[in-house]
Amino acid sequence: MLLEIKDLHAGIEGKEILKGLNLTVNAGEVHAIMGPNGSGKSTLSKVLAGHPTYEVLSGEVLFEGKNLLELEPDERAREGVFLAFQYPVEVPGVSNSQFLRLAYNEKMKHHGLEELDPLEFNDYLSEKAKLVEMDKSFFKRSVNEGFSGGEKKRNEILQMAVLAPKLAILDETDSGLDIDALRIVAEGVNKLRNSENGIILVTHYQRLLNYIQPDFVHVLAGGKIVKEGGKELALELEEKGYDWVKAATK
Amino acid sequence: MTQVVKETIYTNYFKEFIANEKNGELKNLREKAFAYFTENGFPTLHNEEWKYTNVSAISNSEFQISNSETENESSEVLNQFNFERNGFTALNLAFANVVLVTIPKETSVEKPIEFNFSAEENSANFPHIIIVAEAGSKATIVENYESGAKSFTNTAIQIFVEDNANLTHYRVQKESPEAFHVGTTEVTLKRGSFYNSTNINLGARLSRHDIHLKFTEEGGEAFVDGLYMLNGEQHHDTHSEIDHALPNCVSHQTYKGVLNDKSRGVFNGKVFVRENASGTDAQQSNKNLLLSNDARVDTKPQLEIFNDDVKCSHGATVGQLEDEELFYLLSRGISENLAKNLLTYGFAEEIVNKIEIETIKKELDEAVLNRLSTNLEA
Repeated sequence: MLLEIKDLHAGIEGKEILKGLNLTVNAGEVHAIMGPNGSGKSTLSKVLAGHPTYEVLSGEVLFEGKNLLELEPDERAREGVFLAFQYPVEVPGVSNSQFLRLAYNEKMKHHGLEELDPLEFNDYLSEKAKLVEMDKSFFKRSVNEGFSGGEKKRNEILQMAVLAPKLAILDETDSGLDIDALRIVAEGVNKLRNSENGIILVTHYQRLLNYIQPDFVHVLAGGKIVKEGGKELALELEEKGYDWVKAATK
Repeated sequence: MTQVVKETIYTNYFKEFIANEKNGELKNLREKAFAYFTENGFPTLHNEEWKYTNVSAISNSEFQISNSETENESSEVLNQFNFERNGFTALNLAFANVVLVTIPKETSVEKPIEFNFSAEENSANFPHIIIVAEAGSKATIVENYESGAKSFTNTAIQIFVEDNANLTHYRVQKESPEAFHVGTTEVTLKRGSFYNSTNINLGARLSRHDIHLKFTEEGGEAFVDGLYMLNGEQHHDTHSEIDHALPNCVSHQTYKGVLNDKSRGVFNGKVFVRENASGTDAQQSNKNLLLSNDARVDTKPQLEIFNDDVKCSHGATVGQLEDEELFYLLSRGISENLAKNLLTYGFAEEIVNKIEIETIKKELDEAVLNRLSTNLEA
């Protein structure tokens, strides 16, 4: 089992948002978590990545059988957890390639593997950039600075490709993307999908799931999973709207 | 409040020095400047422009004055130098070692013109550079200040950017952590001229840089950017004054400070837009990053506008690293120390990246990184 969330209660600034969430993800699976605004989707993403403003009140999160909640955010990342941000952060003055090489080498060092020098890394990065059709000119630019919305999201997937996580959480990766950018991002994710890793797609809309086919769909409402099914559930949801789920759970 | 300098090392040395000055005009000018210094002495904390910068460590120290030949043709330009700003400017002119460089009309100089100063232990140095960028010329100048130990450098540069000339100016101060450094930059911009400066302040125990930039004809544009990066008990003070005296000129100013340990920074930026200066566009910002609870910065951006038809903005910030930026780096597996250093480096690099001479940029990149790793160990 890659990830096991048991009865997770979490929130922000004393307000409980996740109210007993359960979820299990195995290697090779893609899970979609859908839900209306305010249902707790982003809280779940941030809690898994270890954002310091989110507080875990109770429950358990096991990553490969180990307590994930005990680890610092950077330790989680080196162990193989990756969050693609809904709003990727700009880091002025630090080039994309500098940033990615540091992150890559920190992970290699952690696992006792060989680090790459700038030239070797450049080759590796060029290879990965093809997955998201990113031009080399992005390597020298400051991280996300002056990138369009679509470029920022592609850059997130590029980071995922470089770091090759075991568990990737894609938080609203489809938001703000036009149809071409959505296709590029989705194709990138599909190429990275394999039997060794698990992917959680957090999304409000069904649109993304036309491009990345999930194995399971979970509907989150009021801080809990209220409905689960296969990919057909997403279509049903699209058709009937979230009120249908909300009504059904009352 | 002024202090009267009676019998200092400077007085004794000046008698000897002035006796050897053969150029009558220059002699006269030096005497006037020294008289001003004798009367006013070094500025004190009672002087509004110096209220955060105590220079008593300079006035209480003894130095050997170092001097060399001065070029004679410079006296006419030296006459325009406003030595009556304070005791330092007066003392600089009194002892000035003048170097004059003219970039001839319509000439583009490919290679950067470099001025390298390296102060010897216990020496007092008074370099004075004059740059005349004649109409339509294009050049890059570099001022580079280093020293190995305790020393005092009191420097000045006068720059004239004439009609449609284009001048890039890098000023790099990386003196010894025991050194004292006081510098004055005077810039005059004529019609349609362009001046782009980057001022890097990394060294010295006590440093002060004054910039006086004036648009004397229409259509000039200037960038006055800088970085001060301090640790230990370093003190740096930048005072700048940008004077929009005529219409349709543009000025941009971005200054950044990174302060660690018990260091202290001062930024005072004045922008004047005179009554006559319609169509002025003046932007100014000063951002400071405090890396320790004991570091301190006093920042005062000041806009004084006497014309309605202008576009002006200014702002100053003092803060710590952004939490969201830090979390983003952590979430990629970069450890906290490294992430903080990387963000600090990025903050400073925005200014360093302006430098287009690869050797200087690389050296500064390394200086910035070294400083960060030193802090890591501390």
